[in-house]
Amino acid sequence: MNRETIHTISVLVDNEAGVLSQVSRMFSRKGYNIESLAVGTTHNPAISRMTIELLTTQEKAELTCNQLRKLLPVHSVKLLSSESAIKRELLLIKIATADSIERNEVMQIANIFRASVIDVSTESITLAIIGDNEKNHAFENLLEHLNIMELVRTGIVALERGTSTIDEDTKEKGEFDYGKNVL
Amino acid sequence: MKLKGSDILMECLLEQGVDTIFGYPGGTVINLYDSIYKYGDKIKHILTAHEQGASHAADGYARSTGKVGVCIATSGPGATNLTTGIATAFMDSSPVVFITCNVGEAFIGKDSFQECDTVGITMPITKCNYLVKDVNEIASTVRAAFAMARSGRPGPVVIDILTNISGQEAEYEKVDLDKHYESGKLATLKNRPTHNLKPHEPEGDIDKLIEMIEASEKPMVICGGGVVRGRAQAEFLEFVEKADAPVAITIMGAGGFDGSNPLSTNMIGMHGSQASNRGIDACDLLISVGCRFNERVTLDVKHFARNAKIVHIDIDRSEIDKNVKTDHHIVGDAKRVLEIANKKLKQQDHTPWKEYVFQFPKEQEYESGGDTLTPKQITEAIAKILPEKTIVATDVGQHQMWAIQHLHFTYPGQLITSGGFGAMGFGLGAAIGAKVGNPDQCVCHITGDGSFRMNFAELCTEQKYDIPVITVLFNNSALGMVRQWQTLMYDHRYSQTYMDRGPDFVKLAEAFGIMGMRCTTKIELEAALQAALESGKSAVIECPIDIDELVRPMVPGGRAITNFIVD
Repeated sequence: MNRETIHTISVLVDNEAGVLSQVSRMFSRKGYNIESLAVGTTHNPAISRMTIELLTTQEKAELTCNQLRKLLPVHSVKLLSSESAIKRELLLIKIATADSIERNEVMQIANIFRASVIDVSTESITLAIIGDNEKNHAFENLLEHLNIMELVRTGIVALERGTSTIDEDTKEKGEFDYGKNVL
Repeated sequence: MKLKGSDILMECLLEQGVDTIFGYPGGTVINLYDSIYKYGDKIKHILTAHEQGASHAADGYARSTGKVGVCIATSGPGATNLTTGIATAFMDSSPVVFITCNVGEAFIGKDSFQECDTVGITMPITKCNYLVKDVNEIASTVRAAFAMARSGRPGPVVIDILTNISGQEAEYEKVDLDKHYESGKLATLKNRPTHNLKPHEPEGDIDKLIEMIEASEKPMVICGGGVVRGRAQAEFLEFVEKADAPVAITIMGAGGFDGSNPLSTNMIGMHGSQASNRGIDACDLLISVGCRFNERVTLDVKHFARNAKIVHIDIDRSEIDKNVKTDHHIVGDAKRVLEIANKKLKQQDHTPWKEYVFQFPKEQEYESGGDTLTPKQITEAIAKILPEKTIVATDVGQHQMWAIQHLHFTYPGQLITSGGFGAMGFGLGAAIGAKVGNPDQCVCHITGDGSFRMNFAELCTEQKYDIPVITVLFNNSALGMVRQWQTLMYDHRYSQTYMDRGPDFVKLAEAFGIMGMRCTTKIELEAALQAALESGKSAVIECPIDIDELVRPMVPGGRAITNFIVD
């Protein structure tokens, strides 16, 4: 309970100016560092989904979720358990390659990991890989001895396995919505 | 019809039934003030000495009337001067709409003269805030802001309007209050796709509460600010009488339950009574109504109500399990939840338990201190001379605790105090706002020399608008509360808390054209209060007290709630 582990929080929010600021403030006010953050619109363009990864205790993660649920532009919040969540991240990596031997080595590693080559020049090669944290880390480790010019990750996005969704009608959600009811 | 943006704002205030606003003009709000000039016969504007005073006045107005307070200030320093007032309203869930203008569209984001990111600065201290960049959005935004401020758990809302659009024209059509949800921002809120707006029915939860009450032999109830904000005093009284449970009152809950009721154990927490704190410690069921378990109430949470099952009734779900872990909760408006509970609850009898709780004092006795007035003598004189329904606004510090411990408040809005934020300098502005909102009620402002020195400039507001407020000043020439901690916990090292300095408060009052009096005995004080009351004018009554007076009892932070270091 009091051990710090990575927690994945999914948040559905209004796709509006200032919302990211409001949500991130809930973390910064307590001095929490966000390990990973990904934001994008959903099948409803008026609503964005944020996926936030945080190193903290279960108790503090739950408290933060409750404070997020109170924010007006926040529709739903779910703390995803590591067992039920499918997580993916896109990683782009640009490697300086001196010759074709080095390029070939990179492409072999890329093949094993099903990474795709998205750009090649005479002096560099850029790969893209989609995976969870573990896979992407393993991939990165194998390339570490090469001359990495740039690396970027999108941040983890996550969904739950099966039919569970973030905006299920629960008693708790009803209670939070009651407080936000302006009618 | 086509109207100028600032006129639309005035029309929207009229839609909300606003007849009084507090504020201070400046460069970016000149359009607004031009409209205030034009609408002068419909909306009264109170010009304060400082934006902070205006912010507290709007807050005091809101707390005492239950209506939404309105405050206007200019961009930049005007907006930042409001922030203490906004934070005070936020911490105590007071519904106030703050309206500021920002620099024009061409200048925003360029560090222009008197520019600041008002929306960014006020984000953590408002329920929500708006930057209005289109004249067509003014009406819809104002309607949403008022609905937000007063709905659910009330709180402050900031509307920041770009100054250039306040001068542009747009189509305006008057919309009745009950039709506001049919268009604009409120309609969007109502139609949010994932929003569940089915009425939340806490019935099952209430049944469980009733079972818990019936199984309890030693129930205790906390009256929190939710009873006051929800104006649930009648339902609360019926509930605790039926449950036959002693009631501890938080600072924000004062007025939600009559302190002189035989079931009242008075204040709870750091300066709570023996009866309250020992009752909390011994009870087997603790029902909190609208209290968020601030650490000044619970002290060490591990020991708080350690023998009890805790039931938390609150309108705000995010308060549940935030500060203390609860065994059961009911989310809902205090009035509505208690109304349903009262129908289901049968009369209980807890005579032995009440005998146990009330063997402990519910109010501290003070020795009558020789030549100088004691704090208790001052509060006694206030209670004796001023009318029973007098509204009391306090500042922050020892005088605040003495006032709340010894004056018994009988209705919501009778005590106006900065409980959550603890903002010194709150009292005078708040008292002015309360008097403006309740012209027929006597308003007493209780303050200390430290707090009063911060914002006494608002005496000019009292004088100018003839807003009679009786200020009673506890003068111990010290920052008494900090000094008390230094006495008890810092081995009498009085660092920077001795305030042997001016002004002469009697002469100060007179300089503002207000009656000033200094009283050293109870008889003098009673005569001064009587004179102030009869004059129908403002007065400042200074009462020198001993510098070593302590607020008693006291449990320092972090200790168990019964661990009193002074009785």
